[in-house]
Formats: sequence, C-alpha cells, structure tokens
Amino acid sequence: MTEYDPTIIAFVCNWCTYTAADLAGTSRLTYPPNVRLIRMMCTGMVDPKYVIKAFLEGADGVLISGCHPGDCHYINGNLKARRRVKLLKEILPRFGFDGRRLRLTWIGASEGTDFAKTMRGLVDEVKSLGPNEARMQMVL
Amino acid sequence: MAKTVKLEVRDQNPLTALEEFFTKLLREGECKALLVARHLPMKHSVMPVLISDPTKVAGADPLAPVFPINAAKVVSRLTRKPLGGKVAVVLRPCEIRAFVELVKLKQGSMEEIVLVGMDCLGAYTNINYPRFAGDNGREATLKFYRNMREGKGTAWDDFDLSPACKACEHPIPEGADLSISLVGVDLDREVLLQARTARGELLLDALSLPETTEPAGRQEAVATLLSERRAYRDRMFQETSEATADLNKLTAYLANCVNCYNCRVACPVCYCKECVFVTDVFDHEPSQYLRWAQRKGILKMPTDTVFYHITRLAHMSTACIGCGQCSNACPNNVPVMELFRTIAWQTQRAFDYEAGRNLAEDPPLSVFREHEFPEVTGGKD
Repeated sequence: MTEYDPTIIAFVCNWCTYTAADLAGTSRLTYPPNVRLIRMMCTGMVDPKYVIKAFLEGADGVLISGCHPGDCHYINGNLKARRRVKLLKEILPRFGFDGRRLRLTWIGASEGTDFAKTMRGLVDEVKSLGPNEARMQMVL
Repeated sequence: MAKTVKLEVRDQNPLTALEEFFTKLLREGECKALLVARHLPMKHSVMPVLISDPTKVAGADPLAPVFPINAAKVVSRLTRKPLGGKVAVVLRPCEIRAFVELVKLKQGSMEEIVLVGMDCLGAYTNINYPRFAGDNGREATLKFYRNMREGKGTAWDDFDLSPACKACEHPIPEGADLSISLVGVDLDREVLLQARTARGELLLDALSLPETTEPAGRQEAVATLLSERRAYRDRMFQETSEATADLNKLTAYLANCVNCYNCRVACPVCYCKECVFVTDVFDHEPSQYLRWAQRKGILKMPTDTVFYHITRLAHMSTACIGCGQCSNACPNNVPVMELFRTIAWQTQRAFDYEAGRNLAEDPPLSVFREHEFPEVTGGKD
C-alpha cells in the first residue's frame, strides 16, 4: 500500500502566520502541499466548531497558528484561542481523535523559515499517525 | 452555625406545612411573589407558577418527584431586567446551579431574588412521573417520601428515578439563601429551614418561626446519599466512556438522534437566542449534499448529527450542571445526559472549574491568562 497523503487544515491569522506563509513563499522556501491554509483575521475567531467540522470531514490534522502572546493585533485573541484548543484537546481524544492531530503554534510575521519548518514537521507527524478514520465514514 | 428553624408537620403531611410557610413568606416576608412548582388544576402535571396572592398557595408542591423543565430558565426570564420587587423562588439544587451559570453569562440577576433551595431526592422523567402519580399528585408526593423513609427506595413499577438524579452529587442546595432540609429529618414531625446566606438569615428573622438545631443524623444521612450517588456516577462515567471511545462507537451511541435539537432547547445553560445549528450556516446548498455524497459514495441524512453534539459539548460542557433535562426531552431515548456529564466532568476539571459552584468563578472560556496551558503549544507560551 502506498503511503497516504494527509490533508491538513490550517487556520492562520492574517497578521502573523499568514504573513509568515507569504514570506516563506517569497523566500522560495518549500514545504509539503498537504496543508490548506484558511486565513482568519485572528486565531481568536476560530470557533471550536470549525475544528470539529474539519475533523469530521476527514482532515488528518488541524493547525491553528497566530501571533506570539503579546503580539496579537487584537491584543489577546491568541490567548482565547489557547483556551479553546485546550478545551478541544480534552474533548476530541475522548472520541478517538489523537490529540496530536490538533496543534496550536505561534509563528510571527517575520518567521517564514519557522513556518516552513513547522509545516514539514506537522506533515511528518500526521503521516505517522495514519489517516483519520472519519474520512470515509458515511454516518456522521 | 447558621440559623435553623422548623415548620411543624401535622397529619404526616409536610406539604401543608410548606404551604403555610409559603403563605407566611408572601404575607410577612416582603416578597411580592413566589415561584414554586404546583400541580396544575386541569391536568395532573407539575409546573412552576408565579404566585402573588397568599390565598392562592394551595396546591404548591415543590417536593413532587418531577421537574418537567429546569426552572432556571424561567428565573432567567424573570430577572433579565429589573423585576420591580423581591421574589422568592423555590428551586432544586440543579436549578440553582443552572441559574448561577446563567447569571454569570449575564442572562439573569440575583438582585431581587431570594433563592429557596430544597434537598432533592431526585425526580422521575416526564414520561414516568404520571405513571407514578396516578390521578392524585399530592398523595403521590407523600407516598414518595413515605417509601424513602420506610427504606422502600424510589423504584416504582418498572422504572426508577432518572439517571441524572441517580448520578447527582448535589442533593443539597449549597447555593441557596434558604434551604428546605429534608434528608435526615423526620418529615412526619417537622421540616427544617436553614439560612445559608445573610439574605436568608434576614428573611428567617422576619418570619419569626421556632428555632431549632439540625438533627444529629442529618450529616450522616447526607453522606450516605452522596456516596451512593457518586458510586452510580462513576459507574456511569466508566460505561459512557467505553460506549463512546471512538468515532464508530460515538456514531452508534447517537444513532437514534433525529436532529430535533430538543436537548438544546431543554438545556438550561444553552442560552444563545439563536443557535448556530438553526442559522443559514447549516442551510447547505442542495448541490453541497450531492458533493458530500459523491465524495464518500453515500451520505446519511439528515447530516451534521455527530457534528451537532460534539459542537454543543465544546460550547456548553464547561457550564453543564448535569440536570438531565436533555435526556428528559429526547424523544428517542438517546442517553444525552450520560455523554454530556461524562465529558463535562473532564472539561470542567481541565479548567479547575465546577459549573454552578460559585458566582465569583468566571466561566472558563470567558477569561484567559498570559501564561497557562504550556502543553497546548508545546511548551512555548
């Protein structure tokens, strides 16, 4: 069997991580194409249901990434995101989702290299976890 | 020791003693009205009523082993704006704890409310209660307490108390201003009222009732009840965790759900005016269904069942007080309460929080700190 190709949904904030992704691109850095970026104005607006939906639709990993604490464009959206991710990490593993499939990182606007490196690491880790069992489930 | 007074019971009928107390409360307690469960005249069911006339107290029965709704929702309606006078509300412990959550969520206020709590020995489901009560609800209430006292338990016919009540470790109304104490009290002779706050104390002072002390066996009786409830609860957590341990099992667990959302409507702490699940967000384009079906080859309709339940767990489990009205409202016997309490137990502990415990504790998702949960971001904060 060939190695499966994971799908990773990344909710990235407009001000930091999306800009870092942009920088990674203009710097001609490479990272695996498994990551689908969704640009949000702030990680603080990532409702838990977006993450839950992504997993139930079969995403193999979900990344939420925003500004470092103290750098949030909206002062503290990233700290609210941290509580929500904490909450999801309590709930989702109860239903068999490996907690490592969900990750929260801080990647600042100038950290293009860090962005590419984080994406490579994430894809590797999610690959090692195998596919999300929700992917082909008919009843959800 | 908090002030304790007694209501004398005649003819082995604690209900008339309570009626006398409620009448007194309306006449002398400076309360404009009283919210209390009452047998409805036209049908043998029990609902909260708002009584302003002291001569209309007859029929009140907060002890009936049923609560068709969690009355915290009603109290929230009464207090979302200034009410214009003090109102005493007689609630079960879970209703008080739900109301505490609602006040924190700015859906009500304690300002003009006197919380009269009662020891709760549990309730039957809305479906089973009429079978227990027959056509004389008050007599059935007395029978319920008589059975308890005689050690006959709560099982009746082929049913027992609702699982939520059997798993409830909060039979004592800790958050009340004034509590009606029943556990470990000889209800043939007396019902105890205990002040738990300064507000409760003031009210008792105004009513001039005979003072007494807590009977010797009460603490022990409460401890026995608590250990039974906790044992049931822990067993329930264990079984529910196993029954929902992966996505296949969870899907099977929720298989009878028809997306009616009754559990959400009945939930006292689901307070959103418009739940996202009934908004345009879930009015999917018809072609979207086709794409979903095509991707997997087959798609169960209606969609979003598991999605709904997990999202509701994320949205409200930190506020879940375990009253079990979700299961009570489910038309298809999905064990909703079991699932929600099991997850809520974990999410509330993760934030060192207990729903309904203390008005001064902020709901976990309404606050945050600069440095916390380093494990979430791999040590970087």
